Amino acid sequence: MFLSMNWICDFVDLEGLDKLDLIHRFSLSTAEVENEIFFKGSDISGIVVAEIKLVEEHPQSRKLHLLKVDAGDGQLTDVVCGAKNVRVGLKTAFAKIGAKIGDITIAPRELAGYTSYGMCCGESEIGLSDDNSGIMEITDDIPNGTDIKSVYDVDDIIFEVDNKSLTNRPDLWGHYGIAREFAAIAGRPLKAPEIDDLTVYDGLPKVDLKIEDKLCKRYSSIKVENISRNVSPVNIRIRLYYCGMRAINFLADLTNYLMLEMGQPMHAFDARKVEKIRVKRFADPFTFKTLDGVERNIDENTLMICNGDIPVAIAGIMGGLDSEIVDDTTTLALESANFDAASVRKSTVRLSHRTDASMRYEKSLDPEMTVPAIGRFLYLLKKYDSGARVVSALTDEYAEKFPPVTLEFDQAYVDKYTGIKIDGDTIVNTLSALGFEVQRNGEHFKVNVPSWRITKDVTMKADIIEEITRIYGYDNFEINTALSPLYPVRMSEVKTDEEKIKDLLVKRFGLHEVHSYVWAYNDEQKALGIPVEYNVRLANATNPNIETLRNSIIPTQLCQIKTNVSYAPEFGIFEIGRVINGLDENNLCIENKMLAVTLFSKTTSLKDLYFKMRDILAAIADDVKHSELEFVKTEPTHSYVHPVNLNRIILDGKDIGVIGIPHPTVAKAVDKKGSIVFAEIDINQFASAKTQPIEYDEPSKYPAIEYDLSMDIPQGVYFSNLRECWKNDGTELLQSVSVIDTYDTEDIHRITVRFVFSSNERTLSSAEVQEIINIIAANLAGIGVTIAGI
Amino acid sequence: MDDRILRLKEEIESKLSGISELGELDQLRVSYLGKKGSITALLKGMKELAAEQKKAFGADVNKLKEFAAEQIEAKTAELKKKQTELEIAAMPVFDISSPAYKDTGSYHPITLVQRQCEAIFKSMGFTVEDYAEVVTDYECFEAVNIPKHHPARDMQDTYYLENGQLLKSQTSAAQNAILRKYGPALIKNGTPIKAIFPGRCFRNEATDACHENTFFQMEGMMVGRDISISNLIYFMKTMLSEVFRKDIRVRLRPGFFPFVEPGFELDISCLICGGAGCPSCKHSGWLELCPCGMIHPNVLREGGIDPDEYTGFAFDLGLTRLAMMKYGIKDIRDLNSGNLKSLSQFTDDE
Repeated sequence: MFLSMNWICDFVDLEGLDKLDLIHRFSLSTAEVENEIFFKGSDISGIVVAEIKLVEEHPQSRKLHLLKVDAGDGQLTDVVCGAKNVRVGLKTAFAKIGAKIGDITIAPRELAGYTSYGMCCGESEIGLSDDNSGIMEITDDIPNGTDIKSVYDVDDIIFEVDNKSLTNRPDLWGHYGIAREFAAIAGRPLKAPEIDDLTVYDGLPKVDLKIEDKLCKRYSSIKVENISRNVSPVNIRIRLYYCGMRAINFLADLTNYLMLEMGQPMHAFDARKVEKIRVKRFADPFTFKTLDGVERNIDENTLMICNGDIPVAIAGIMGGLDSEIVDDTTTLALESANFDAASVRKSTVRLSHRTDASMRYEKSLDPEMTVPAIGRFLYLLKKYDSGARVVSALTDEYAEKFPPVTLEFDQAYVDKYTGIKIDGDTIVNTLSALGFEVQRNGEHFKVNVPSWRITKDVTMKADIIEEITRIYGYDNFEINTALSPLYPVRMSEVKTDEEKIKDLLVKRFGLHEVHSYVWAYNDEQKALGIPVEYNVRLANATNPNIETLRNSIIPTQLCQIKTNVSYAPEFGIFEIGRVINGLDENNLCIENKMLAVTLFSKTTSLKDLYFKMRDILAAIADDVKHSELEFVKTEPTHSYVHPVNLNRIILDGKDIGVIGIPHPTVAKAVDKKGSIVFAEIDINQFASAKTQPIEYDEPSKYPAIEYDLSMDIPQGVYFSNLRECWKNDGTELLQSVSVIDTYDTEDIHRITVRFVFSSNERTLSSAEVQEIINIIAANLAGIGVTIAGI
Repeated sequence: MDDRILRLKEEIESKLSGISELGELDQLRVSYLGKKGSITALLKGMKELAAEQKKAFGADVNKLKEFAAEQIEAKTAELKKKQTELEIAAMPVFDISSPAYKDTGSYHPITLVQRQCEAIFKSMGFTVEDYAEVVTDYECFEAVNIPKHHPARDMQDTYYLENGQLLKSQTSAAQNAILRKYGPALIKNGTPIKAIFPGRCFRNEATDACHENTFFQMEGMMVGRDISISNLIYFMKTMLSEVFRKDIRVRLRPGFFPFVEPGFELDISCLICGGAGCPSCKHSGWLELCPCGMIHPNVLREGGIDPDEYTGFAFDLGLTRLAMMKYGIKDIRDLNSGNLKSLSQFTDDE
């Protein structure tokens, strides 16, 4: 919203104050002002009122005219002018020799053989409007030679306030409300606007008006006839233009002017078209042509202003084409109304048509404003069109008032909330300047909130704090640290584990952390032959590619691997992210936080890569939980996984995740030759596993005995089976077991296992070690393992 | 002196001078000083000598023995030294300028920025809270003073799910749970609530270089007795100076957010020009950084905390924006792209 400093100064005298500083303080106390400030009129000078005394055709040009102009300096000036609307007796804006318009300094100039000693200006040329149809037509009675800046508000400071920052301030959608803020900031009194006394019309007949729908809170109307003025006064047009609106005709301009001034949208109907005003909704949809000529679909939720049963305007949004003010309109029915904010907002969205009026209504305007706005409108109307005659009484249907708001608080409350000392007089003065009625009784304050602040903005004590502090100025706050008791801060197990895991994967295993979206990637997965599995869906996704939430990060990572295959011959990615596994019995999403890891290599065999992943997982368990993992073969439940080598990961007896290989068709779609292995772990399950304490083992003072066994392992026997063979025998002496060599051919799978025996009490004899070995060997033989060399 | 002794001495001297390897030297030592060595043999042959000769002969042989041992020892030292010198000379010069082998992994930039912020907050006694991404309407809106039909709901284009839940549009969705979690300790022991809750948020909007539907925020709050606006300004200034590692000036402007009252837009002095005005702050000297404010009484009440007894402040840092500012990331979509050409650059930052 653009704001005019001149307009603000209509209501508060800011004489002698630095306006730019005030605007800056407004930005810190009220609402954000955009950086660029416009100094209107600063780029023109020397433009005076002049009258055309003589018009002659230019002998060589059909467009140009030769004028003699009276610019008030006692002689006529020769001017060559190309405007169509030149005529004798026309007063216009005239740039004299030496005048400045932007970067141009007016000098005598030759045009087709004749010298022009100055230039007649169009309004657009001197920045007063966008009218470039001809030279300016001045109808006011102003002596020739008068600088236009001395009679019109050409010089002005225009600044823009971000509309978003006014969302919660319905009172700031007009200059009067803004002026109240400036008054409070500057410590100057606010002047009341001049208004017409409406009580004098009480004896006249009422407007036929009825609110038939609760979405209309108030509807005030009055009828005026005998309006003769068509073009708005220059100052009104300048202000509208400076504030971003176009002048249309006097009545339309005046309604807009009132809206920009009081913040109250108004509508002028041609009274011939609107005799019985009814405010209501229609059960059946229909189309309606608004005054911008667009046919709009109206449904049963849209509130309409009607003439009897015929709709004439969309309430709070825009008038209809058929009832708008036209050139021969002399009688108008004025609407100054208040509508339900949410309803206007929703209608705006439905119609996808936002107007200056709806923008204001959707902020919850003060319904108290409708009648004063009419008073102000009539004051201005009569000022500029003295023949205008009010022909009805003020008719005011006030269906719903906001209840008054009174707030009580004491000095201690303010002290506690602010943390500084703002004295009682400052509190009273600030609130009074903002229109609050304050009663002070020592440390106690009772405040009546003004009607323009109760519609949504100020409803409780804490709101009062903002009023006091923002005008006090946050820059003026003394800043202090809080005093609070000390207590230990503990991080959750999950958080701690997550950070350890990230460090381990990045630092030890060189993996790359990535992020991805919480939904399945339809298109990318399709390209890899990974169907999007049924899961909770978004209800309002605008992009069909992201309609379903994912139940695993693995498909996402396969897609990410695909996009990265050229990154390096071997790499791994990981993410700690969320998945949704359907709904629980309360119809709420089951959300799990998962660690997903995917390894890719063009150089390492699938088997080695698989074991690399296994070792990564084991390292995580060992490092973070001091525990060992177990793996349990499982059957695939997703079509994108390879049915072989799919294992559940077990930690501390809990199923925490899965390790596997993508299905060959999927793997080939990612990369023809690359190996891919994935794993996914439920982070919360992982974190909930017990962290084993470190149990210190005193190193034995006696020598250890190593004993190596080479074993030929038959098919179907796994290391976990071997482990069973030495689990119970000689446990207390068997210190460690490790695989020191493997040897594989087509038919033979041979491993060499080193057993280390030791005792803390004595040196072991080879005989007793041999005894244990014999038992282990017998156990191994029992599951079909042959010991080489025995 | 016996001829044999003299001869042997000459022989040893001449042989020693011809030896250049430690192995030969050892052989030499054995051949003279060993059990069957020539000098040993002289000693053995002594018993054939007359008693009066024995003494002098023995002394001479022992001298020879000492002499030989010394000579061999000296030669050994000399050869060892030579050998070490040769070893050193033989050492090739390694090309240390060759490219280093790297297999370092990388953190996501959000992780790095998040860790830096978390460390600052932890040092000031804040807990770090985690929260779900799928939340209820109550958590995301109602509990934080955004009732149904509130325009703020339109301001945020929320992703709703079929079951009526939604993807959280703001980290504030965790406020209620955190107030309820730590509220009892506040009421019972006066332990203030000091928590940050980083998290991923979602907005239903079209993406481009500056807009993402999935991004990270980090919200924080402090609730206690007598927590004031003055404390809020102090805290924000201190915290942001740590985040940006320089003395930051902060400026508050009124801002409307339903969950705070009063609410503020917080500006910081421009990081580039320090406030003098430059293109990156549009010559204003200030950068709009984050919303903050005093927690709205309705939010406290909804969290089971009496707003007449306790007050608090809350703030919201855009982690994604911080990461972009910190690393000069221009396209926000890079963060969720999974593209390792971008992401692998973020090795540890501390």
